[in-house]
Amino acid sequence: MEKFGFSILKARHINYDSNDKSIAEYISEREPSFRICIECGCCTATCTTGNFTRFSLRELQILLKRGENESVREVINKCMLCGKCTLACPRGVNTRNVILLAREAFQKRLKNAV
Amino acid sequence: MPEKKHIAVIGAGAAGMEAAGQLARSGYLVTLLEKDGQTGGHVKDWYHLFPDRRDSKEVIEYLKKQAGHKNVTLRTGITVQRLEKNNGSFAIKTSGDGEIKSDAIIVATGFDLFRSERKEEYGYGIYDNIITSADLETLFRKNEIRRHNGEIPRKVGFIHCVGSRDEKVGNVYCSKLCCITAVKQAMEVKKHIPDARVFCFYMDMRMGGAMYEELYKESQEKYGINYIRGKLSEVSENIENKLVVKVEDTLAGRPLKMELDMLVLMAGMEMSKSGLDLARSSGLQTGENRFFAPADHHFGSNKSKTDGVFYAGACTAPMNITDTISHARAAAADVIDYFRNQES
Repeated sequence: MEKFGFSILKARHINYDSNDKSIAEYISEREPSFRICIECGCCTATCTTGNFTRFSLRELQILLKRGENESVREVINKCMLCGKCTLACPRGVNTRNVILLAREAFQKRLKNAV
Repeated sequence: MPEKKHIAVIGAGAAGMEAAGQLARSGYLVTLLEKDGQTGGHVKDWYHLFPDRRDSKEVIEYLKKQAGHKNVTLRTGITVQRLEKNNGSFAIKTSGDGEIKSDAIIVATGFDLFRSERKEEYGYGIYDNIITSADLETLFRKNEIRRHNGEIPRKVGFIHCVGSRDEKVGNVYCSKLCCITAVKQAMEVKKHIPDARVFCFYMDMRMGGAMYEELYKESQEKYGINYIRGKLSEVSENIENKLVVKVEDTLAGRPLKMELDMLVLMAGMEMSKSGLDLARSSGLQTGENRFFAPADHHFGSNKSKTDGVFYAGACTAPMNITDTISHARAAAADVIDYFRNQES
């Protein structure tokens, strides 16, 4: 057992403690419904962008909450703001505003969000 | 007992029948009121029950024995319109200008199933091969699981949380029973059609009850039921008359499309219309979920805010049969306690 070890390759793990969660905080302060997502994926299922390219709003939201901002910064611009996800969301998350705020936060170059 | 106390029980489903029977056996007189022509509520429409797949007929038999006590007067086809309280006793105004006097009341008006056509994008009432969990029970009973064109379905999907946990239909609460019902029904489909492939589309598998998790495991192990974590966005029908579902397979992180022969919508539970009418006419309080609000969530789950009016069963929250029967017994105990306090 002692040979199993506990080390994780740095590139593999989410370093939650040191990751920058400021983008998620920025969104959550201005759009509190960002907090109530239950990861059901209904938004992604209905998403036109997601059907043609690698784009999952559910995934992007959770990545922001974990501070994995770099994997979101470019991708989030793919959204066409059609708002179908907002219609489908069973929790009433204002998904459209979440995207707009995320873009805004990235533009404001919060901390590490270069 | 100087004079026999009289209790009116409104609703002759599982809760009302059990509560009536318990009170009758303790020597009280009970009038059991039912709006429909017969007793048994939703249970009589069900086939096998989770977790042990007992035939619902056995439960009905038990309930009929309970409510069949000589102290119980059953009156069917009667709608309660209003409850009035005067000097500690009640006058129950019923349909046809009737009035029933009682010393206490147990409200057991139960639930209504969510009308799945309200979730329009799920296609119920639009496409032929979309049915509800309740419809499927009827098909099981008839031993006739067929598509609209008479074919045996080879690929069947179950959609969890239809009308539950969904703000878009105004129900934020979990109906508690649909997950385990889907597990049970999925296994039942495999029993009827051994070569069928069965898929459950869920948001969370809520397996909180006794033997639920075991049944879930059994469904995977012995029946090969497939579970896909993703909430359905919409259903459509293709030119071959197959149903096409779209979800995000959230665990794989990609959109998933699948063709199915038959789709079963797991309809949630809502406060019954008759319960809501009674709440409005008689000033009984309801919660945010529209079910009757108990006087206290810890110590008074059977009590209303009106002294002498008690609740039993699924008129207070989504509840399975086991819990409903326990809740009804507790309501009977609360009524007996209420009379005891009046004497002292």
